[in-house]
Amino acid sequence: MYSRRLELSVGTFVLLGAFCLGFLALEVSGLTQTGDSGSYRLSARFDNVAGLTTRAKVSAAGVTIGRVVGIRYDDATAAAIVDMEISQDFAQFSEDTSASILTAGLLGEKYIGLLTGGDPSNLKDGDVIYDTQSAIVLEELIGKFLLNMSSDK
Amino acid sequence: MIDWIAGVGRSTLSQLSDLGRATLILMQAIFGRSNVGVHWHLTIDQIHVVGVLSLSIIIVSGLFIGMVLGLQGYTILTDYGSEQALGQMVALSLTRELGPVVTALLFAGRAGSALTAEIGLMKATEQLASLEMIGVDPLRRVVAPRFWAGVISLPILSLIFVSVGCLGGALVGVSWLGVDSGSFWANMQASVDFSEDVFNGMIKSVVFAVVVTWIAVYQGYDLVPTSEGIARATTKTVVYSSLAVLGLDFFLTAVMFGEV
Repeated sequence: MYSRRLELSVGTFVLLGAFCLGFLALEVSGLTQTGDSGSYRLSARFDNVAGLTTRAKVSAAGVTIGRVVGIRYDDATAAAIVDMEISQDFAQFSEDTSASILTAGLLGEKYIGLLTGGDPSNLKDGDVIYDTQSAIVLEELIGKFLLNMSSDK
Repeated sequence: MIDWIAGVGRSTLSQLSDLGRATLILMQAIFGRSNVGVHWHLTIDQIHVVGVLSLSIIIVSGLFIGMVLGLQGYTILTDYGSEQALGQMVALSLTRELGPVVTALLFAGRAGSALTAEIGLMKATEQLASLEMIGVDPLRRVVAPRFWAGVISLPILSLIFVSVGCLGGALVGVSWLGVDSGSFWANMQASVDFSEDVFNGMIKSVVFAVVVTWIAVYQGYDLVPTSEGIARATTKTVVYSSLAVLGLDFFLTAVMFGEV
């Protein structure tokens, strides 16, 4: 019995630590949404992915359904290939699904939005989406705008 | 000139032999045969001294650092109309950097110096020598429990620090300054990744724990057994561990987050 209170206090200390780990996992990092339901991989071919980074969100109808896991440059077609991991819960994307690079807010992060089409057959693991809309590059947009202004006069 | 070169050689040799002695002490303390039952009790004892008694300073400073982050972040982010990103800013800076580093610095000041002074006084009053006389290895009886207690306590303290800090940031940001509570927590959860941020922060914390406690017990075990020697060793513990923590933090950050 020499250290009953001491053992109690150390036990509380360790439990407090475990509780904080749980708090960090669930409340701060939101671990619950990355369940163990598994995921499948889709790719998309974009002309321009300026500003998109790995770990960016992939969303459909505004709901996050996956993450970007890789961006590479394809020499043969001179286009960018974006690899996405989509949660297995969302496997109902038709083969004519289109992908576009969107921006959260005016200056926010870039993310990918998927819009499913009407084709009866669905995309499977490893498929490539060709119907894409590239990132909007602000400089190009301003350039076009200035060009239109000067040609109007 | 020759004297100067000899001086450089002498100090290099003494640094190396210091490092060697420190490693030997650590290895003997960790891997020596020990009576597990007795030493487990001693370790619990030390966790109480090193960890539980540091709780108050960790909780108070965690709360205030989280609140300051919330306040400063709000005034800057609100200029860009993006105060929703406050949760993300508070949580990321706490989990990645401030949590492990500030906890380790506070730990070095609060517990590391005490460990050095305690072991040093044992040496100065020849308690360590008497232990050896009666056939008890002071490395296993005195140093090992303190080392393990530090290594176990610091990561737990760091977890508590980060959690309290996030709550402090939420207190200032959500309750006082009126950031929407939903977007505060949702932005935080969207940007903080468990394995990337929380787990890497914990790895940092474990590394700091080993380094800080190691420096503390070594400085205590190896000091000159006078009152002046104890004073100097205690100072050295705090200075060396703080420098080691800040230096190591840069390398760990470069390895963990550098390529992203």
